[in-house]
Amino acid sequence: MISVEKLCKSFGELEILKGITETIDKGEKVVVIGPSGSGKSTFLRCLNLLEKPTSGKIIFNGVDITHAKEKELNHMRQKMGMVFQHFNLFPNLTIRGNITLAPVKLGLMTKDEADTKAEELLRMVGLLDKAENYPSQLSGGQKQRIAIARSLAMNPDVMLFDEPTSALDPEMVGEVLSIMKELAEEGMTMVVVTHEMGFAREVASRVMFMADGNVMEQGAPDEFFGNPKNPRLKDFLSKVL
Amino acid sequence: MEIALKEFADKFYKTFIQEDRWKYLTNGLKNTLTITVFAVLLGMLLGFLIAIIRSTHDKTGKLKVLNFFAKIYLTVIRGTPVVVQLLIIYFVIFASVQVDKIFAAVLAFGLNSAAYVAEIVRSGIMAVDNGQFEAGSALGLNYSQTMSYIVLPQAFKNVLPSLANEFIVLLKETSVAGYIAVQDLTKGGDTIRANTYEPFLPLIAVALIYLIIVMILTHFVTRLERRLAANDKR
Repeated sequence: MISVEKLCKSFGELEILKGITETIDKGEKVVVIGPSGSGKSTFLRCLNLLEKPTSGKIIFNGVDITHAKEKELNHMRQKMGMVFQHFNLFPNLTIRGNITLAPVKLGLMTKDEADTKAEELLRMVGLLDKAENYPSQLSGGQKQRIAIARSLAMNPDVMLFDEPTSALDPEMVGEVLSIMKELAEEGMTMVVVTHEMGFAREVASRVMFMADGNVMEQGAPDEFFGNPKNPRLKDFLSKVL
Repeated sequence: MEIALKEFADKFYKTFIQEDRWKYLTNGLKNTLTITVFAVLLGMLLGFLIAIIRSTHDKTGKLKVLNFFAKIYLTVIRGTPVVVQLLIIYFVIFASVQVDKIFAAVLAFGLNSAAYVAEIVRSGIMAVDNGQFEAGSALGLNYSQTMSYIVLPQAFKNVLPSLANEFIVLLKETSVAGYIAVQDLTKGGDTIRANTYEPFLPLIAVALIYLIIVMILTHFVTRLERRLAANDKR
């Protein structure tokens, strides 16, 4: 579904990604872990080209999108949902408005269809009663659940999660993870950058460890956590587990 | 005491009642408000346009040529006095065409205000968190959709008090319209002074009228600010 070839990304002198080649298949749940500054968020943000790679290729559904024109890029992004660490809900719109804005303005749904879809999604994330509220009236966990619903409203092929629980109070992490779990069980293709090792163990079909701009080790969660080989990974796991 | 009162009553009569002199003030006020309102509209329209050009350039690197001209415009307008701009527009640009003085004043003050509005709005746009642009892009919205549905409404709300202030500043700035012989409020008071040789009452009256209008406007701006602040807390 998504493949990257020799993906490199530098910010000025600083080399963040040093030639990553990976493929993410349909239905996979890839969890990316690693110390901060390892390039995992940059890797994720390159997948939907929020960051332009310095070199290398991104191929989505068989199409090389690395140098796509803005129009194609926007079209492709409709199929790639993204959830941010800081939610990035639109504070000027109601929750309903947040969810229905893109599908309606992009002409994918009528206002009524989008409303129906929004209600269905709000029911799924358990926030149907908040439809007419504004984001500032919600808790962090609720905001992130809305952000997930907003992405899902586009019927994406894949969902990218950029540290979705890192900005949350501890007691709100669970409600967000459980929705992500639900999503995983429904078969959604997911790429998740997170520090939640429990989630990685339970939900991931593949865990990927990044450090210094490279993928150091990856595998199924049992093998990955049970028998880590890379010394950097061993060191990392000993600190976080 | 009685003599002083009598003297004041005389002066008052001479300044405002005799020969319907108060009409200088009411007509002047009418012109001042007309110029201010239309200049503000022009200033907002052009100012928003320039702000969008400038911030689009800052965010995406596009619109290089337009941004170049916008920057020159801002430099020239903000670098020269508004009176000089007014004189140039009336006596140089419209030298050979007969044009309504009020229209010339609206144009001059509007073009001037646009430069200040542009920088206010641009700062408002740049103050909107970059995550908002990213969230828009990630949903597949293009730049102008993200701008118009997500960023501009937030920027506008951020700068609304500053824009209202610009309105107040502009109202006072129009007092130099007399330079091209527009009969505005200031000029009205000055005309009375010239006719009666009595400076105190007409000029104080003019000052009071400005003050009252500004206080009314300030009152609304304060209420607006409070309402916006309350909205943020909900």
